[in-house]
Amino acid sequence: MRLINQIGEWFEHRLQIAAPIREITVGHRIPRNTASWFYVFGSAALTIFMLQIVTGILLALIYVPSGAEAWTSLQNLNHDVALGWFIRALHGWGSNFMVAVVLIHMVQVFLFGAYKFPRELTWIVGVFLLLMTLGMAFSGQVLRFDQDAYWGLGIGASIASRVPIMGPAIVKIMLGGPIIAGATLSRFFALHVFVIPGMLILFVAVHLLMVLKLGINEWPMPGRLVNRATYEKEYRELERTDGIPFVPNGIWKDMFFAAFILAAIAACAIYFGPFGPSGAPDPTIIQTAPRPDYFFLWLYALLSLLPPAMETPALLIGPVVAIAGLLLLPFLSGEGEKSWRRRPIAVLTILLVAVILGTFTHLAGLAPWSPQMNAWSGDPVPARFLHGTTALQRQGALIFQSKQCRNCHSLGELGGQRGPALDSVAVRLTQDQLIRQVIQGGGNMPAYGKNLNPAETTALVAFLETLHPQGQPAARDASRDQVLRESPPPPNSPAPAQSAPSPSTKQP
Amino acid sequence: MSQDANITRRGFLMQAGILLNGLVALALAVPILRYVLASLTRGRNNAYLSWVALGPVGDFPEGETRLATFRNPFVTPTDGKTVDTACWVRRVDADHFQVFAINCAHLGCPVRWFPQSGLFMCPCHGGAYYRDGSRASGPPERGLFEYPYKISNGALTIQAGELPTPGDATARLQGATQPDQLVAIGPTNHFANLSANAPSAAGCPAATTNGCAELLGKRPPCA
Repeated sequence: MRLINQIGEWFEHRLQIAAPIREITVGHRIPRNTASWFYVFGSAALTIFMLQIVTGILLALIYVPSGAEAWTSLQNLNHDVALGWFIRALHGWGSNFMVAVVLIHMVQVFLFGAYKFPRELTWIVGVFLLLMTLGMAFSGQVLRFDQDAYWGLGIGASIASRVPIMGPAIVKIMLGGPIIAGATLSRFFALHVFVIPGMLILFVAVHLLMVLKLGINEWPMPGRLVNRATYEKEYRELERTDGIPFVPNGIWKDMFFAAFILAAIAACAIYFGPFGPSGAPDPTIIQTAPRPDYFFLWLYALLSLLPPAMETPALLIGPVVAIAGLLLLPFLSGEGEKSWRRRPIAVLTILLVAVILGTFTHLAGLAPWSPQMNAWSGDPVPARFLHGTTALQRQGALIFQSKQCRNCHSLGELGGQRGPALDSVAVRLTQDQLIRQVIQGGGNMPAYGKNLNPAETTALVAFLETLHPQGQPAARDASRDQVLRESPPPPNSPAPAQSAPSPSTKQP
Repeated sequence: MSQDANITRRGFLMQAGILLNGLVALALAVPILRYVLASLTRGRNNAYLSWVALGPVGDFPEGETRLATFRNPFVTPTDGKTVDTACWVRRVDADHFQVFAINCAHLGCPVRWFPQSGLFMCPCHGGAYYRDGSRASGPPERGLFEYPYKISNGALTIQAGELPTPGDATARLQGATQPDQLVAIGPTNHFANLSANAPSAAGCPAATTNGCAELLGKRPPCA
């Protein structure tokens, strides 16, 4: 014991670090209320970041950042290296948790008014930390260098190319060449392993330094307003009269939560395993439907749902406005009420953003806007739609399948959802309208005029006309009955028949 | 020695040191910047583009659209399979082709060809194109990207080498445009109107007066 003390003193004599450590731990006082479970997310994000550094270094022992070998080195990690799959899973789940925890931390800070004077810069540095975290998430997905990564890069390049004037140049710099290839992976490796982590470490240090210097945001009390002139004096007073040492009174909750988060990541890693890699990054394999990782699913939905004309402006201006808004926030409302109980707009903003992101993410999981490429050959027409049908109508059902209508239209809840379900289309559209829609398209449906001959159109429409619920008749053009009743019947023509004349009779 | 409060000898030397470092930094910045922007400068004057053979003309039957693959002309040692690129070749008639990039004009996902319905469909965001590459539906704002082609020594060759992207492609890769809107048709004579005002759904418009051929740039006018 004495020896240990002597060694400790030897180091302390040279490092002189005991005093500063005491100052930021037991000597660092925090307002009593802030020793709360609401204040654990920042330290949890830092803990996960450290996990990512450790697991990242471990992965780099095996991973090869080469376009030719990255994918196989991941297979090697997954299947051959002892527990390689587990380290990959920890790193992958760690990234998911990190994005989530950083977002929760940000919401907490926003709702508790912690961005207000004098902590504006802490918030601004935090915004950059969020952007870097997302940058790590995207570049990490690229390093997985599978089909999703390859086509995800293509999406990134397509977005970047839309920047006016500079677009094509940005794409070439981003890809490191004319196409997505080895050089692209190398530069994303450099970003993911050196550039962004280096900046992250620096920014985290500044972020933490400011938390220490300015003190943790006190628990917001409704009615206790922030005033630039008096705030810091009030805070020091609070620290003095109602303060407790951060170590151990505050830190134990951080430690408990950090342990819980790490255990949760490990549990997910063991239970769900690593992410991918999916198919090899071979662009000649086109039977793929690339999907982004979950933190960018909302963007995938947005890109599918925006009207085409709004897309480029939204993609280029949207992020600038959002980031500028976040950076300007502490200057726009740097004083005043901190408590979320008296900031309804702040609460509604968070709810709105959460609902939007949640809805888009949920929708992206279903992706109703994507045609189901195999529905035409994979999903049969349910038998109940074929009972009692004529030969012509069955021919129409065949055409319905073989012309890939099914890729976008569902029957019996099977098939694509790009277009409306057709289970009861005959109730909505009359025969004329069906013919017109099939041939001319419109409303986001391609025109099939040149891909269906009149006989095929006749059969297809005959089948579509059978698609109505039992007991609910198909839609009929009322004016046609009227016209037929009022006009003198043409010779040899019976009264308006139940089965309307087939469209092919109208061909000139 | 100057006793001037503004400039001491040491102060001057320090400033000279800063200046010296600034000059060296500037001198180093030039090659560093040149290195960082190498991928950009190398591609000046279309240096990345060259003519690549897709195979004998006979491999592509008339009236059909087939998948073809080629090796990107610009290759580095670590590229692996990423330099193998796919494209769709449509042989309009004996002499006329259309070679479409595999990348959707929306955000670059690989489009798939469905001969039965004569449509290219994109699995990502739901873009669809007619057989001549013109936009049919979905988010794309334009038709599929087309590679310039020529036939040399009986082989179909295309000018390729760069990833086609919406912002860049207009310069070199010509894309089909959206077909003219169909005129409204009455409820009773669909087919009569259709045959007269058919869209370019099946490829070449019936009449070349709708400007399609001109807009398609280098593409030969439809026969």
